[in-house]
Amino acid sequence: MSDVTKLIHEYLRHNKKFPHVFCAGCGHGIVLGSLVRSVHALQLPKDNVVIVAGIGCSGRMAVYVDFNTVHTAHGRALTFATGIKMANPELNVICVMGDGDALSIGGNHLIHAARRNIGVTALVLNNQIYGMTGGQCSPATPQGDMSMTSPYGSLEQPFDTVDLAKAAGANYVARSTSFHANQLDKLMQEAILHPGFSVLEALTPCPTQYGRKNKFRHVVDMYNWLKKNTVKVEKWKEGDSRIPTGVFQNLDRPGLEERYAELRQSLQPQE
Amino acid sequence: MAHRRRRKRKELFAQGNEAVAQGALLAGCSFYAGYPITPSTEIMEIMAQRLPRIEDGVFLQMEDEIASMGAAIGASLTGRKAMTATSGPGFSLKQELIGYACMVEAPLVIVNVMRGGPSTGLPTSPAQGDVQMARWGTHGDHPIIVLSASTVPECLEMTVVAFNMAEKYRTPVILLIDEVTAHTREKITIPHEDELEVLSRMQPAVPPEWFKPYAEAARGVPAMAPIGQGYRCHVTGLTHDQMGYPTSRPDEVNEFMTRLFRKIDNYYHDVVLVDEYCLEDAQYAVVAYGCVARSARHAVDQARERGHKVGLLTLRTLFPFARPAVERLCMQCEHVLVPEMNMGQISREVKRVNNGRSRIRTLNRVDGQIITPSEILKAIL
Amino acid sequence: MKELQKIERFEIRLSGTGGQGLITLGRVLGHSLALGHGYNVTQTQSYGPEARGGSSRADVVISSSAISFPKTENLDLLVALSQPACNAYYRFLKRGGVLLVDSELVQHAPTNQFVGLPFTKLAKDKIGNELTLNTIVLGAVTHLLAFAEPRIVRKSLEETLPPKILALNIKAFNLGLREAKRHLGEAPEIWQTAAENGAEEDMEGFED
Ligand SMILES: Cc1ncc(C[n+]2csc(CCOP(=O)(O)OP(=O)(O)O)c2C)c(N)n1
Ligand code: SF4
Ligand SMILES: [Mg+2]
Repeated sequence: MSDVTKLIHEYLRHNKKFPHVFCAGCGHGIVLGSLVRSVHALQLPKDNVVIVAGIGCSGRMAVYVDFNTVHTAHGRALTFATGIKMANPELNVICVMGDGDALSIGGNHLIHAARRNIGVTALVLNNQIYGMTGGQCSPATPQGDMSMTSPYGSLEQPFDTVDLAKAAGANYVARSTSFHANQLDKLMQEAILHPGFSVLEALTPCPTQYGRKNKFRHVVDMYNWLKKNTVKVEKWKEGDSRIPTGVFQNLDRPGLEERYAELRQSLQPQE
Repeated sequence: MAHRRRRKRKELFAQGNEAVAQGALLAGCSFYAGYPITPSTEIMEIMAQRLPRIEDGVFLQMEDEIASMGAAIGASLTGRKAMTATSGPGFSLKQELIGYACMVEAPLVIVNVMRGGPSTGLPTSPAQGDVQMARWGTHGDHPIIVLSASTVPECLEMTVVAFNMAEKYRTPVILLIDEVTAHTREKITIPHEDELEVLSRMQPAVPPEWFKPYAEAARGVPAMAPIGQGYRCHVTGLTHDQMGYPTSRPDEVNEFMTRLFRKIDNYYHDVVLVDEYCLEDAQYAVVAYGCVARSARHAVDQARERGHKVGLLTLRTLFPFARPAVERLCMQCEHVLVPEMNMGQISREVKRVNNGRSRIRTLNRVDGQIITPSEILKAIL
Repeated sequence: MKELQKIERFEIRLSGTGGQGLITLGRVLGHSLALGHGYNVTQTQSYGPEARGGSSRADVVISSSAISFPKTENLDLLVALSQPACNAYYRFLKRGGVLLVDSELVQHAPTNQFVGLPFTKLAKDKIGNELTLNTIVLGAVTHLLAFAEPRIVRKSLEETLPPKILALNIKAFNLGLREAKRHLGEAPEIWQTAAENGAEEDMEGFED
């Protein structure tokens, strides 16, 4: 058996749930692959891994993997994840969210999860569009870009996930793309291991909804775009219009669950 | 033989909100997530005090009521008994995830201390305007259990009942109280552990490879495997099959939806709780709940003193609606009065059940004031 | 020693301004009558806008039988520690009810049938701490209520107050009790007089 086949047997659910919902060329599947490889590389017991997903194409990946999986409501994945982590800090809790999920309807939860530094890993699959609902504008859609709800070009300035998470106080903040699979794997592992709140943004193409409306003729063009328009943060300089990737914040403040355990300890009646 | 000395029970002079918190802790609640809002905040404050001091107790102040619901459901999925409490505006925000809890059959207690509405309304005044919302607030057809309490001791009692029902039937349970009951202080007695029935959800009886997380076990209620114990289930708000995987196959959808309703219907007589007062020979009945039931009882006593055959039916369970008890009243009594602090949210249920048998009268007050005994008495006489 | 009397329904309102400790007073009094004496008691209080803007109010209903309606409707005892509170609530006092005021702060009682003590002044001069005002009132109220047992109320104070401020408050409670006994007469007589006056007095015409 090839390594990939082994991973598939080990980590994907066999019963009933295939074929999957992702379009040909969708970047979400690559992030899913990276997630599986990372859990495997880190040797996390499957019983301990909890995938908490939002609603969107991205959120659909939860059902395919043989972990504890919770497919929540649009925007609310981090709230469930916070409850799960606090109730059982032993678990490795990983949130999978789209850009609409994490930055729009769930934007408040994102900044508060960062502020309280809950020990959860947040994966933001940013395809700059609402994929699932058919290509509407998202808070990550670049200004001027086309979508079903910005037929004349978007007027609004997008959020930068990394800046937002950094400013809100996340312990670990990183960015990669579906094109840079090796970097994505490395950062994914770091994000999962890092205590406190980690945010990993993965830029991922949505050929069906974003690509077609924004003059990407082929799926491959979108991956080429990611290649050409990103640069390692170490090489990035002020004024460079390319998108920096890599690690942007690396703090070691204790996670909320650790601080809570200390509080509980300190309140124990002394013998 | 050694005498078993009866230990003295602890007594407190406490508010309704405090009684709710006490009841939750007695019922085994070890997780609270909430957002402050008058007049429910004391529940949250007491949980903030107490939970970090008990083993595994978790208290979280979340960024809003939606987040509080999400966190509580998440905790419930790990096997915890979880609670969140709020009032009007916060209850509105919780609605989407109340439906989620119904869908994934997560045991959970949601307390709503009713205040005047709509919108910000009357933050510190009582009302009963959220009754139909508690029943129908979330989208989609769904069964739900809605309980109420009219005195401070009942707040404690009904909170324990709410947890027990949530666990037994794997469902969110809504406890509706009102500002008067929440903020009145009265004596409550803390029962000993052995005096209290505390139920917990059914655990899987088979190993993970045989387990079907949404297959019917106890008369419609499935067993529940906590996250992290080897069962690796899928939980989703999409309509799902017995394995928990999304489905839109009409036969599977139908099976799921009918089981959801059946699991409450099967236990109807355990779920529907009412108190009957002076009803044996009554020719005139009052149907009330919450703080208004207290006024009604006072009015019934006064009417009886004057020789009128009046009785009172207090609804402790608002939904599912106490159809048999109300039907009996409607056959027995010429008049039925439904006083409530809204424009007629339970009276519409009474009228539906009455089906023309008795004369149903309503007494409504929406000015943020409790309906007084004398108003009810006047309506009766 | 006072007997544990049978009470049909007895309503008290403690009113004044914020910072006089009236909510605590209501809670301690309720606690004592409910848990110490064994009566049925409900206690409610002002909240929100009503509790801001300076005014404060705590109500206590006491009965030997179960209390159905938890709020006050006809007051048997109104304690008013400010002029506005006295003006606002006097009309809820029933005929034969007793009005107890802070005789320095309430200069214009809406009736000449009232009893008063300079509570705030006593707290300042005799105890040396204005914050003990409410406990002095508790002492006086305990004296007025024929069914309240000072020993039990004192014990309730011990149960509800933090140890640090207990000694001072016991002193204040005893002072209130003593002053009431000295200046207001014996409890049964006070109620007797109020009842007789109530029968004659024309209550109409008093508006706030
Ligand atoms: C409360 C609520 N509002 C709206 C929706 C509809 N909805 C489903 S997915 C989605 C957007 C998905 O976009 P994104 O989060 O970026 O995920 P993607 O599909 O692009 O991966 C929306 C608006 C919903 N399910 N719930
Ligand atoms: S619509 Fe876009 S995001 Fe969704 S599956 Fe297709 S390509 Fe992927
Ligand atoms: Mg998207």
